[in-house]
Order: sequence, then structure tokens, then C-alpha cells
Amino acid sequence: MPCGLFFSKYEKDDAIFKTVWLKCWMTVLVVLLLTFPLFSQKFSEMLGLNVTNLLNLIFVYIIGAHGLNLLTGYTGQISLGHGAFMGVGAYTTGILANAGWPFWLALPAGGVMTAAVGMLFGIPSLRLRGLYLAIATMAAQFILDYAMRNWTSLTGGSSGLIVPSASLFGFTFDSDQSFYYLALAFAIMATMYLKNLARTRTGRAFVAVRDRYLSAEVIGVNLFKYRLMSFGISSFMVGIAGGLWAYYITIISDEHFTMWLSVQYLAMIIVGGLGHVLGGIFGAVFFVVLPELLRLPAEAATAVYPNIFGIFASLREMVFGLIVIMFLIFEPDGLAARWHTVRNYWKLWPFSY
Amino acid sequence: MAAEVKPGSMSKTAPPVNSTPFLRVDDIYLRFGGLNALSGVSFDVQQGHIQAIIGPNGAGKTCILNCICRFYQPYRGTIYFQGVDLSKVATHRVAALGIARSFQNIELFKGMTVMDNIKLGHHVHMHSGFLSGGIYLGRAKSEEMRVRKEIEERIIDLLEIEAIRKKVVGTLPYGLQKRVELARALAMKPKLLLLDEPMAGMNLEETEDMARFILDVNQEWGVTVVLIEHDMGVVMDISDNVVVLDFGTKIAQDTPLEVSKNNHVIEAYLGSDAAAHSKLGL
Repeated sequence: MPCGLFFSKYEKDDAIFKTVWLKCWMTVLVVLLLTFPLFSQKFSEMLGLNVTNLLNLIFVYIIGAHGLNLLTGYTGQISLGHGAFMGVGAYTTGILANAGWPFWLALPAGGVMTAAVGMLFGIPSLRLRGLYLAIATMAAQFILDYAMRNWTSLTGGSSGLIVPSASLFGFTFDSDQSFYYLALAFAIMATMYLKNLARTRTGRAFVAVRDRYLSAEVIGVNLFKYRLMSFGISSFMVGIAGGLWAYYITIISDEHFTMWLSVQYLAMIIVGGLGHVLGGIFGAVFFVVLPELLRLPAEAATAVYPNIFGIFASLREMVFGLIVIMFLIFEPDGLAARWHTVRNYWKLWPFSY
Repeated sequence: MAAEVKPGSMSKTAPPVNSTPFLRVDDIYLRFGGLNALSGVSFDVQQGHIQAIIGPNGAGKTCILNCICRFYQPYRGTIYFQGVDLSKVATHRVAALGIARSFQNIELFKGMTVMDNIKLGHHVHMHSGFLSGGIYLGRAKSEEMRVRKEIEERIIDLLEIEAIRKKVVGTLPYGLQKRVELARALAMKPKLLLLDEPMAGMNLEETEDMARFILDVNQEWGVTVVLIEHDMGVVMDISDNVVVLDFGTKIAQDTPLEVSKNNHVIEAYLGSDAAAHSKLGL
């Protein structure tokens, strides 16, 4: 906390943005985010990327990463099934949307369905912890993956399922620019939800279950209830992310929701910061933006040496892997911890005593 | 023994009368494989007392606390708390009956702040769920503020830990962590407080502070305390009654003064000359 800051009310101390400056900066950020589509065109041309598309993906991933962070970061239960859970949300929403359900009903229904599936596969969490739970949830990944691929009458199998664009109050979100606002709204809601949950009774109980479950039981936390609840909320969030994804991409197939996505989610929150609200945000940004940034020099090099495109393409993957490993070695607490360090440094600068 | 009574109704009708003891440990047997950890331990704790449990290492003192808060299931015998048979209560429900404990090896949530740890002690007395908590408006927020105020003004003030209340517990020195653990137990608004070696590893000043806190809690809040402690000075000074265990059996129960004169107790602690020497490794 910055020095010279005194509160006379508990409510003031409890605020998320405690100083006027922080509030100003947040306002600037929100205004920037809201007005972004106005100048996204120019920005995209300048970078040679579709920036709005990237941001939409980031927002969707943020929701999913928050979900997994709640489960793994706060409650301490590893899940390798969240890729498939996202698929459950996407398919449920997609199928319901095709059946004529409106957006505002199909999306929550997808979330609830995913929560139910997640809780079902979360039942072993009462007995299993750590690596064992990771394997148990990996089974969920494979079972659901198999179902998505082979239950063709329902999911369309590998040929995919076509989903209509989202529409709300007669407005259709069928372009990158319009979907941007939808995804942004949901990402902000998910972030606020996680932040608030983490600082109230339920969130504290989750952390208690993570840190010392015996001690948690002594103070009256029902372990099974909270483990299962964590799976439920987490799956709900990742299901919402899946539903949004379906509405955005408009054609979903099982290839999106493989083991790779599960691992990617896990990597996102580890690089971003386990058990930090900022962790999901940083992780999602990192994992969407970095491959794109690495693509730019690879493509530039390919223009000069067209015959060795393959080498540069695979070099990109290797650099990506290297950066992730470097992060784990030098900042195992994630980008969120680094962010706090930097912020604390500037608070005292230049008199750091 | 009294029939099962709901915990809420009992508080009105339970004056400290010997016929319905506050806590009754009734003929407890606990076994780990072939090892008899407790064999036939019985004692009553009266409401408002500070009950000490002493005994050499491995006598089964912590086992009794673990039986009371339902970590262990004794294979024979029953424990009644205000007439409620604890063997029929799930582990996480014991807290709601009004039993709190601290641990010998500190069992705090090390990654959280002191404040959050203490708030967690309040868990069973709070009501916000995952929906109201996530939205954090109205009831959930006012509840957080109310609890915060209560903890700040009752517990943190009493235990004199204002300066560290926003620190992360893992960064605190041992003595303060012990104090935070007491604070967390007090936040549970217990009727019965089980303290497992609260003074272990403390210097004289910290020990005196802790003894003062325990007396305060006992006398001002009316909390009954069951205390395991090796520091005989503390035990003799603050406890009303002492149970002495040795090899899983109760060898004496009396006032501190009487216990210190008891021959069985002296023998268990010091043994014959030869035994005393071998125990001390001389």
C-alpha cells in the first residue's frame, strides 16, 4: 500500500481501487477498451494483424482461465479436463442455439450443463489430490473428447456444427467489432466475480481447502461441498467461455477442445499466476499475443528465404516453449507476482528505503 | 448419561452442575494397529474451568484432542459435549457446536493474511454463498464489514496484533503465528477452546503474554479451556484442574497443588533414579 494512505472506515479499506490515481487509471483503461473498435482498423494494418480478433480470443480465454484459476489456483485442484469442459459448453450452447433458443438463455444453459458435467468428474476430488486428480480429470478429457468426435448425430463429429451468431435485443453480433463488446462485457463480469468471490466467505474457504484441508475442517469448512462447488463454478465459467467461443467462431468441431487446450489453460494460469485474479488475464494475453508476435519475424524471414519456411515455423514453436520455460524458472509465481514487484518498486521510487 | 440434546437448547439449561458435565470424556480407547494410544481414559471438564492435560511425551494428550474434534474415531467409549454424543457429529460440524482448537505444529493458512485467517475462523457464523459473495453487494458486503469490525475490535485488539493484521502469515515469526492461531480459534466464538501446547517454543515474555490471553478469554468471555502444556509453571499458575496421562491411561486428576504432590505423577515424570537417568540420556 502506498505510504501516507489512511482510512477511517472499513469500507474504504475494503475498496479494490483504493486511491484516486488508481481510479483514474482504471477509468482510462476502460475508456480505451470501450473506444478501441474505433481505431482498431488502423492499428491492425499497422501491425499486420487482426487485433480485434486477437482481443476477442483473449477475452474468451480470460473467462476460461479465471475458471481454471478458481479451481487450481484457489482451491488447489489440478484439472486436465477443462479443454473438454469448454467443448461441452460450446456444443450445448451451439445445439440449443440451433434449436432456436435465444442467446441469453442458451449461453447460461451451456454454462449450467458444463457445471453439471464438471461436478460429475469432480466427485473423485474428495479422495484424489495432486497428480492423481490430474489423471482422473484427464480421463474426463478423453471421454468427452471421444463423445464429441463420435456422437455425430448430436455434435456433427469432425465435420463440425454450425452455430448462428449471437443476437441480443434484435442486435446481431456477427462481426469482430460487435462481438468485441459482448466478449469484453463477459470478461469484465468474470473478473469481477472472481475478485469478489476470492475476498468473501466462499473464496476464503477455497483457499483454506487448498492450504490445509485438515485445519479447514476444524474451522467448519465442509471439504466435499467446497471441492465440488469449486469444480461447479469453475466448469460453469469455462462453459460460458465455450459458449461465447461457439457464437464467435460460428463453426465448432472437436478439434478445438483437445488435450492441447486443457494443457494450454493450465499453462496460462501458471505463467499468469496461480491464485491471482490478474493471473488469468496476464496468462490469456500472453498465450494469445506471444505466438502472433513470434509469427511476425518468422514471416518476415520467410519473405527473404522462402525455401526454409518450415524451419522458421518450427523455430517459432521452440522459442515459444523456451519463453514459457524461462518464465517457470525465473518467475515461478507468474506474471501477476512480477507485476506486484514492479508496482511496489515504483511506489517507493526513488526513495526505496 | 443425558440423552442427546440439540446444542442450541442446551446453553439455556446448562448451568455448571456436576450432573451434566460440560465435556465428558467417557472411557475412551484408541488404537493404532497394535499400539494402544489411549486405554480407558475418562474425565469431566467443568464449564468455565481451565483444564490442563499433562503427561510425558507420547502419553496420548494430543490424541484426546484429536478424538474430541473428530480426527480420530475411538474404537470404544464416547465423548459428550453439552450432552451431545460427538461420535455422531461429522468433523466439519464440530466447529458449529462451539469447539475450537489450536495445533501443536501451527496449522495456519500460510499464504493468506492474518486478517483472512481470522475471518476464516468466522466461517460457520457467516452466510454469504458463491452467488451473493461473487456479486458482493448488499448482504454479502455488509456481512464482511460487520465481521471485519467485530474481529478488529474484539479479537485483534485483545491479542494486540494490530500491527501485523495485513501481513501474510507465512512471513511472521513463530511466536506471532501462535498468537494468530489463537485469534483464529477465538473468531469461531467457541464455548470450548482446545489448546495444544500454546506456549511451546516461546520465550518467557511471550509465554506470559499467552498465559494472560488465555486467562482473559477464560474469565471475560467465559470460554472453557482445555490446555495441553509442558511448561509446569504455567500449568500450575493458570489451570483449575489437571489431568495427568501416562502411556494412554489417566494416572491422576486433581487441583494443580494436589497433583504436584501425587506419587504416581512424580514417578511418571521422574521415575526411579535409574529410570530418570536413562530418560534424560545421562
